[in-house]
Amino acid sequence: MISQTQSPIIEIAARGLAPVIQLLGIYVFFHGHYGPGGGFQGGVLLAAGVLLLRLGIGASHSQAQVTSKSTVALCALGAFIFAGTGLVAILWGGDFMDYAYLPVQWLEAADLRYYGILFVEIGITIAVMTGLIAIYDDLLGIGNAGNN
Amino acid sequence: MELIANVLAVFFLLAGVTFMLVGSIGINRFPDVYCRAHAATKVDTLGIMLFVLGLVFFTGLSITSLKLILVAIFVSLTSPVAAHALTRRALLHGVKPWTKK
Repeated sequence: MISQTQSPIIEIAARGLAPVIQLLGIYVFFHGHYGPGGGFQGGVLLAAGVLLLRLGIGASHSQAQVTSKSTVALCALGAFIFAGTGLVAILWGGDFMDYAYLPVQWLEAADLRYYGILFVEIGITIAVMTGLIAIYDDLLGIGNAGNN
Repeated sequence: MELIANVLAVFFLLAGVTFMLVGSIGINRFPDVYCRAHAATKVDTLGIMLFVLGLVFFTGLSITSLKLILVAIFVSLTSPVAAHALTRRALLHGVKPWTKK
């Protein structure tokens, strides 16, 4: 695998650090219930891991993690999860984002709010992560433009 | 025991502050990009690493000090690589190293 930078130090550092950054992103995402963190910060850290690979080993070799073609679609999916959870609560008789009205019968209202917030945060994380990667890819002209 | 921990903490904090001061003077005074990157890397690695180790002695053994040690490890890993990438690009784009005339 010949990298874009041709520098083994940068390539090894990027390949070694990117999974650690993404693991920290997942930790920040799940820790948002109990302390500082949450969906946006976790998504930014997950995107930082992918962007470090984009910078370190080149745009074409880092397509294995998140392809440039799928970023906008995944961003739309994240926004759909975020808004759809709120709209489902409206359809079952509550206000927008009133998670206690979500149609899950075997959970109490408090547990329903807990998991509803977690579900919405999943949508935010996916949308922020893939949105930032899509911005970077569009700035470099890779992805939809086609010519790497 | 707490006195020893506090003395060690103050020692490491002062050492970190000294490295940051010397590095900051170096960034302003050195002649070209390579010397300045050398000075800036001292601020990033040694200064922040010693500072965080001093904070570890303040907090004692807990989950917070484990996170602080992880911060020190990752700063010491990433900062030299960043300086390497910066100066390597400068050299490849034809910035001449400073020599004494």
